Amino acid sequence: MTKRFKPSQRFKSSEITDEAVFSSRRSVLKSMGFVGAGALLSGSAAARGWFDDDDKPAFKARPLDFTRNNSLSTDETMTPYAKVTSYNNFYEFGTSKDDPVENAQDFQVDPWSLKIDGMVRNPITLSYDDILNKFPLEERVYRLRCVEAWSMVIPWLGFELNKLIKLADPLGSAKYVAFKTLFDPKQMPGQRNPFMGGGIDYPYVEGLRLDEAMHPLSLMSVGVYGKTLPPQNGAPIRLVVPWKYGFKSIKSVVRITLTDQEPLTTWNRLAAHEYGFYANVNPDVAHPRWSQASERRITKGGLFSQNRIDTERFNGYQEVAPLYNNMDLTRYY
Amino acid sequence: MKLLNKPLKLSALQIRLTKTLLHLLILGWVIITFYQSVTDNLGADPVKALIHFSGIGALNLLLITLLISPAARYLPAPALMRFRRMLGIYVFVYAVIHLLTYISFELQFDWSLVVSEIIKRPYITVGMVALLLLTALTATSPNKVRQRLGKRWQRLHNSIYLVVFLALLHFSWSRKTGLQEPLIYWFIALLIVLPRLQTLKQRVTRSR
Repeated sequence: MTKRFKPSQRFKSSEITDEAVFSSRRSVLKSMGFVGAGALLSGSAAARGWFDDDDKPAFKARPLDFTRNNSLSTDETMTPYAKVTSYNNFYEFGTSKDDPVENAQDFQVDPWSLKIDGMVRNPITLSYDDILNKFPLEERVYRLRCVEAWSMVIPWLGFELNKLIKLADPLGSAKYVAFKTLFDPKQMPGQRNPFMGGGIDYPYVEGLRLDEAMHPLSLMSVGVYGKTLPPQNGAPIRLVVPWKYGFKSIKSVVRITLTDQEPLTTWNRLAAHEYGFYANVNPDVAHPRWSQASERRITKGGLFSQNRIDTERFNGYQEVAPLYNNMDLTRYY
Repeated sequence: MKLLNKPLKLSALQIRLTKTLLHLLILGWVIITFYQSVTDNLGADPVKALIHFSGIGALNLLLITLLISPAARYLPAPALMRFRRMLGIYVFVYAVIHLLTYISFELQFDWSLVVSEIIKRPYITVGMVALLLLTALTATSPNKVRQRLGKRWQRLHNSIYLVVFLALLHFSWSRKTGLQEPLIYWFIALLIVLPRLQTLKQRVTRSR
């Protein structure tokens, strides 16, 4: 004898939650605004992202056309894409290394405007499309040495900074190049909140001597690993100066100004005894709080594949040494 | 004002169970974090992550240890005192892990660099002094040693407040910029230490 199934509870079909409603339950909860005790918290909790969905859409990087420049590339083991794009110093998005990847995903890179002005005959403004298309792109695998004594090996895509400067046609009196990061507190929480931005006076400013800027190694990068830069790496366009500490390689640049004055750069202004204007990688000049004689190379693998290697003068880019003939690099650190 | 109507007392079994749980929690945390670092699941730089984990862990445990005696007194819950030494020793354990991680994975046993960094870098010197003090406190923690030291034991163990100060100095000084997190710790430490200043003063004068 078969026994008829008798549900212990009877639902009317009207009581069954519609699938669309069921799958939107999170947003329903959200729209209720966390009534009750949650309401007390919701301000700060939302700011801290406690209730954010983890599957926040990641920035869409798109593939770029480029040719590889082998002569200016190192063949050392590259740092994996996941590490290059999740371990960033970009205080505009927070001071922790994992803050930028967390906070920068909806950063607007298009439209963008990059202005080249100051002591030039031909001031230029580049749009987002100009940035990506005006110059043919090269891939260069550079070493990146952070002032914090770690390093990576990164395949950048970009064009030489000197092409941009030549186009602007600098005056003979121009001696320095000043760079500025976007100032947009609405998009950059570190610029809104001094606690989150490490107490830095924004916008971030960097600078090079004109001859350093004209050196073929100085790169304006628009991509990494064959694709456009993710915001945490300085989208849509950033500087890469491989023989200097990482903080010189300013991100998300909106303005490049030719000048006859040495620019007052951000870290130099914040702690002049720790960070100089030149910031050339130099194993012989220690940071006051740690040695610069060696560095930890971040490549693939976990705890046991972290290698400590000797730091080289100019990060191994000896070809820039003639730029500093007759200069005391202990004094001009 | 007391939070509990009756002083909280625990049976021997309850104490043993709680201790087991604490061991599992505190050691388990270390094991899981190290496992993540070995399998490359601890961010891009597992070495830095481990150093921060053990350092902040030691600091958190230290503040919790310091909260035990006021909690025991004001809740009141005298039973809590049974866990204080254990937590205090774990402060030492985490601090040792912190140093060993730094020596083995950050400096990779470059001993000349280890020695020169400890001497040359003030924030590391300060951290080392704190660790040496913790070592002395841990070494004198068994009951027998405590009895033998008599009054001097309390005098020695008052230096835990010096450890708090040195550890926070080490933490703040190690930052490139951005003092918000250290400032929160300074604030909490002040909240814990300030109400005790009177007692501490009495203890110091009495021990003279």
